[in-house]
Amino acid sequence: MSRTPVLALDGVAKRFGDETVLRDVDLSVAEHQVVALIGASGSGKSTLLRCANLLETVDDGVIRLDGEDITDPRVDPDVVRRRIGVVFQAYNLFPHLSVLDNVTLAPRVVSGVGRSEAEDKAMALLRRVGLAEKATQFPDRLSGGQQQRAAIVRALANDPRLLLLDEITSALDPELVGEVLTLVRELKDQGMTILMATHEMGFARQVADVVCFLDGGRLLEQGPPERVLGHPVQPRTRQFLARIIEAGRL
Amino acid sequence: MTAPAEAFPQLSLVEQERRAYRRGRAHRSSLVAGASTVIFLAVVGTAIVLSPGWPRVKSQFLDVGYGWEVLPDVLRGLWLNLRVLLISALLVLVLGLVIASARTLRGPVFFPVRFLAAAYTDLFRGIPLIILLYLIGFGVPGLRLEFVTTNVVVLGTAALVLTYSAYVAEVFRAGIESVHPSQRAAARSLGLSYGQTMRRIVLPQAVRRVQPALLNDFVAMQKDVGLISILGATDAVRAAQINVAQSFNFTPYVVAGLLFVLLAIPSARLADWVQLRAIRRQQAGGAA
Repeated sequence: MSRTPVLALDGVAKRFGDETVLRDVDLSVAEHQVVALIGASGSGKSTLLRCANLLETVDDGVIRLDGEDITDPRVDPDVVRRRIGVVFQAYNLFPHLSVLDNVTLAPRVVSGVGRSEAEDKAMALLRRVGLAEKATQFPDRLSGGQQQRAAIVRALANDPRLLLLDEITSALDPELVGEVLTLVRELKDQGMTILMATHEMGFARQVADVVCFLDGGRLLEQGPPERVLGHPVQPRTRQFLARIIEAGRL
Repeated sequence: MTAPAEAFPQLSLVEQERRAYRRGRAHRSSLVAGASTVIFLAVVGTAIVLSPGWPRVKSQFLDVGYGWEVLPDVLRGLWLNLRVLLISALLVLVLGLVIASARTLRGPVFFPVRFLAAAYTDLFRGIPLIILLYLIGFGVPGLRLEFVTTNVVVLGTAALVLTYSAYVAEVFRAGIESVHPSQRAAARSLGLSYGQTMRRIVLPQAVRRVQPALLNDFVAMQKDVGLISILGATDAVRAAQINVAQSFNFTPYVVAGLLFVLLAIPSARLADWVQLRAIRRQQAGGAA
């Protein structure tokens, strides 16, 4: 690809004490692309996302956002994070703020947008995901699926260049997974650039442009979903997928 | 509590029998509780009234006429306690929050700040309030610094604030640390700075959680305010003391004590109410 990718990892390594969580990871996410990270628990998917958002500092390698080296210690992490939206597995909505205040917090506090302007925009976003009538409610009044959609809206409120989704359906009841995945598909159709860790192989196959298989902190295999999920080359990938199929999740 | 049986005309015999049994148990429990309370109070009361020194104690401690006589003096003193209490409470909240925030700062750069904050809480939680009152009330004027007040009320308030802000700082710190790290992660990932995250996300949740503990400390401080009397400030305790010294009758102490209890009751009920509300909220499954 000739154009600068939105996100590029180059030889990224991360250790927690003696344990190496990521080793020599090369990965790039082009504009409007959806890249899915798959792999067992503990394979490094979440750590990779946390590194990309500078919630963790890398121990080696370089991460570039729109070509800019964001692992340079001279870069202000708060400025980088404004350009990246993150959605967490456990939603992490702020329980003491209404849904609307959750969404408008970053635009108002970080970007200095006026309250009425921020609220107009937040209401438009909430309407789009069918949560307009929940705007004044507190998060604990919402179902898991509604909370996660609100969290996605919160991540979108800053107009991010890149969206990081960390197993966003893993904490949801099966019948609530659909509404969240539908929203992610809509975001892809609107051209959002997304890097997501997921256990939903069926969803990865439908939505992702690239699927990456992580194993023990190594990016073992990446390519179009049909190939990685349908005809994996690596024995470890085959093993992992076989277990997934056994569990009835593909 | 239980809905009247008529509301559920089709209640099964089993359920009717269960309800009747529960009603019977409840009646019996309240009877036992009531009777044992009455008997206990009667025994204690009789023991006191029948004790050989009771007539003398009664006239020395419970002289109603003299009590009314000294009430205005003691009330004037209590007004000073009340003012000191309100000002100290405000200062304690601010100082406690600052120290707790300093103690929870992260990163090696802030080691000196963390160290000082920890040393502060260790020192002022450890030192008995009476000793601190003496040291500040008599030591500071002893320095003969022209720009520092020698007003015992101000110095006494300072000692109270130093001690109680150390306690309250620890309460705040517990609250700050009880906010789950994922809340910080969510705030930082939105681009909020450390300070913005503390102010907008961590502290509001922390303060809500520690409200009952804070009110408990407030009730404790309410009566410790009376200790400024040892510096000579004419508060309720001191006013009582002066009267006792004149009459050799201890009733003014009883009057002052009752007034402190009356002062504490509204705060104690408020603390109970806040605690109850906090429990209900948690059971509702959120901190909204």
